[in-house]
Amino acid sequence: MTYKAWEGFIPGKWSDDEVNVRDFIQRNYTPYDGDDSFLEGPTEATKKLWQEILELSEKERAAGGVLKADTSIVSTLTSHKGGYIDKELEKIVGLQTDEPFKRALQPFGGIRMAEEALGMYGYEIDPLVKEIFTKYRKTHNDGVYDAYTPEMRRARTAHILTGLPDTYGRGRIVGDYRRVALYGIDYLIAQKQKDKLNMDGVMTPDKIRDREELSEQIKALNALKQMAASYGMDISRPAENAQEAIQWLYFGYLGAVKDQNGAAMSIGRNSTFLDIYIERDIKRGTITEMQAQELIDQFVMKLRIVKFMRIKEYNELFSGDPTWVTESIGGMGVDGRTLVTRSSFRILHTLKNLGPAPEPNLTVLWSKNLPAGFKKFCAKTSIETSAIQYESDDLMRPEMGDDYCIACCVSCMRVGKDMQFFGARANLAKCLLYAINGGKDELCKDKKTGKALQVSPMYAPIEGDGPLDYAEVKAKYEQMMDWLAGLYVNTLNLIHYMHDKYSYEALEMALHDTDVRRFFATGIAGLSCAVDSLSAIKYAKVYPVRNEEGLAVDYRIEGDYPKYGNNDDRVDDIAVWLVKTFMNKIKSHYTYRESVPTMSILTITSNVVYGKKTGNTPDGRREGTPLAPGANPMHGRDTSGALASLESVAKLPYEYSRDGISNTFSVTPASLGKDD
Amino acid sequence: MLGRIHSFESFGTVDGPGIRFVVFMQGCPMRCLYCHNPDTWSSNAGSEYTAEQVAERALKYKSYFTGGGGVTVSGGEPMLQAEFVSSLFSLLKERGVHTALDTSGVMFDAGNPKKYDGLLKVTELVLLDIKHIDDAEHRRLTGHSNKNILAFARYLAELGKPVWIRHVLVPGITDNDDYLCRLRDFICLLGNVKKIEVLPYHTMGVVKYDKLGIAYPLKDTQPLSAERIANAKEILKIL
Repeated sequence: MTYKAWEGFIPGKWSDDEVNVRDFIQRNYTPYDGDDSFLEGPTEATKKLWQEILELSEKERAAGGVLKADTSIVSTLTSHKGGYIDKELEKIVGLQTDEPFKRALQPFGGIRMAEEALGMYGYEIDPLVKEIFTKYRKTHNDGVYDAYTPEMRRARTAHILTGLPDTYGRGRIVGDYRRVALYGIDYLIAQKQKDKLNMDGVMTPDKIRDREELSEQIKALNALKQMAASYGMDISRPAENAQEAIQWLYFGYLGAVKDQNGAAMSIGRNSTFLDIYIERDIKRGTITEMQAQELIDQFVMKLRIVKFMRIKEYNELFSGDPTWVTESIGGMGVDGRTLVTRSSFRILHTLKNLGPAPEPNLTVLWSKNLPAGFKKFCAKTSIETSAIQYESDDLMRPEMGDDYCIACCVSCMRVGKDMQFFGARANLAKCLLYAINGGKDELCKDKKTGKALQVSPMYAPIEGDGPLDYAEVKAKYEQMMDWLAGLYVNTLNLIHYMHDKYSYEALEMALHDTDVRRFFATGIAGLSCAVDSLSAIKYAKVYPVRNEEGLAVDYRIEGDYPKYGNNDDRVDDIAVWLVKTFMNKIKSHYTYRESVPTMSILTITSNVVYGKKTGNTPDGRREGTPLAPGANPMHGRDTSGALASLESVAKLPYEYSRDGISNTFSVTPASLGKDD
Repeated sequence: MLGRIHSFESFGTVDGPGIRFVVFMQGCPMRCLYCHNPDTWSSNAGSEYTAEQVAERALKYKSYFTGGGGVTVSGGEPMLQAEFVSSLFSLLKERGVHTALDTSGVMFDAGNPKKYDGLLKVTELVLLDIKHIDDAEHRRLTGHSNKNILAFARYLAELGKPVWIRHVLVPGITDNDDYLCRLRDFICLLGNVKKIEVLPYHTMGVVKYDKLGIAYPLKDTQPLSAERIANAKEILKIL
């Protein structure tokens, strides 16, 4: 197979009747080890366009957070005609609806959530849409609640399981949008049709589902073609130059966000791929550096205005309105060459040309072997904008290879080859309180009896006035984690079954290999709180304080205890034990669609809300105060300096928390040294 | 051999080159008016550690020392516990870790200059804090003469030991062109000084005085203007 679009590219496996973007990149990209002196500022068109967006943003803020919302047209790839900000100025086109800043109506995750979100901003859902999605078309949310067990609902009410994707789109799936540019839609459809033909034999329920999903994928690819056609473009063929490559790729992503209102809608690892097209055009003399930067600037501009209609609590949970359009940049190849190209610089340079912004979430895959020029440029851009996220490529590459990307903030997947079932979090600090109280929630009341809600089966609580015995607490904690892990995995099995059934990500999955690896991405919250609590019980004396019901609702601590975050093995070992133990329990359960269980220790802001729902803990933390984010030590307890704090976190075994470990860390410039 | 230690800092970036593990020793004979660590004065507070324990703690961070970093022993006054610091530095040097001593030099005895040779042998860099170049002013500021301190500076020059001179710039005390010029002239004669650091006076220690119930002697002293800091740096710009 060959196309005019591929002229000048070195052929290989990628052009030999298979979809293989990594092979294309490896054979064709140009590593760059120079500095940032080649970069250009924004063009007049970019500046003007960005100004228009800033004005719209201002209007949106003034309107209370939402400027316009669609109340009647259900968003699909082809639901709206083409929309523009300023058609004459736009080099890269495409909006989620027919107007900029108009939020789409996306009820497949749940009609109630869609209705509620509109209501909060003063909009009313079209009664016909409501009727259709109540009477005739079931949503993901309905499916989940039809199947939930009472125990699952209790765990959810008590927030020991929390943030579950049962009322909203699960997100975290990253299509390989590069495929649209490299191959064009017709080629991709042909491949999927071949896969479907091969999917034959005994029609087990699994195989029937797979065949149905493949049909959905092919339909979605056709719809994407139609969507692009509404902007006057023919993406049935591969992109022929840099502008088309960026445009085709963006159309792929745009289709995904029109289809899904996912919790995190990341975009993949694109800049080095796109660099190949830009280099080719520059060599051909068809674009200048200024024009190349303009294309990247305008692409990023589009990613910055991706918006979803969400309820206010959601924004509260995440302290903002994040879309997690994560773009992974740089890293090293497995052959030792750097994957940094000039376009890795160009995309970071958008932070200067357009000013800093949280989206897209520009994430540098950091290796100690990255070229010095790029490292310097990253440092400089970080100092100026504070808007770059860094992740360890050296840690992820051995297992994920060199064509993985980050979904959301830490979760890595091979682009187009892995997907994941996002699993939110289990609150391990609360679980420890359950171990002490025999599964009765310390805050939630049973509506019928007015007494503490029994969430787990009735386990024997720890009796007496203490001090708490470490061995006994630990044994009971393990039992409670056994229960929690089982319930958690089952709850997620059910949720993802329903999501596949009622809100299947057909386009995103069409941009994956048919034989995809699925991750079952569980997560934990409250790690440091649970660990310090165990340390307090082990090294100090902790006495439970009981209420009239006999429930331990507070703890009195005598003496001091080592705290996680000081590079002290006495307590850090407890953290390692806890991570391994919980992950091992997760692993022992059946996971939906043969998915590979993983775990993350990740919360960036939602730890505040989780803390609100967690009572007094044996480490002395008060009811309602925030848990630490991700794997962070508890606030103010890491008193041995930054490295000690980081070293404690670094002891957590990545192989047991493969979906990522986050540590939120701020420093003032002065504490990084003197400038002379 | 036990050392009495106030605290540790795993990410020291201002006390010597690179990233440094900093050991703050407990106890100091000086009573500098602007001292921002009055909690290190007493020789009875803090906790005791063996040199091995401290070395083990510091060595956990060895991988961070690659960019010229290492271990700095500060205080308090580390030369009060010279024997302990010597054994700590010996252990660290065996492991190839760079050692720096952050001292006021007040313990030096011009009559017995070799007393600290053992310590200096395992010290790769001395951060010598000259509080004041004028002896009378030095006494007023610290309660001690500066004679031994200046003698220590000259002795280090004789040994050819690399030194960074540090000088705290305080309004009304050291922020004075005449004194600064005299300090410059003194340093110029030494020949072993690799760097001169002007440390602008700050008030971050005030809370500690409140906590310890000690009256803060410089409560009316205002932080320096950027111009005065630049002026002092300009005068001391010899290297």
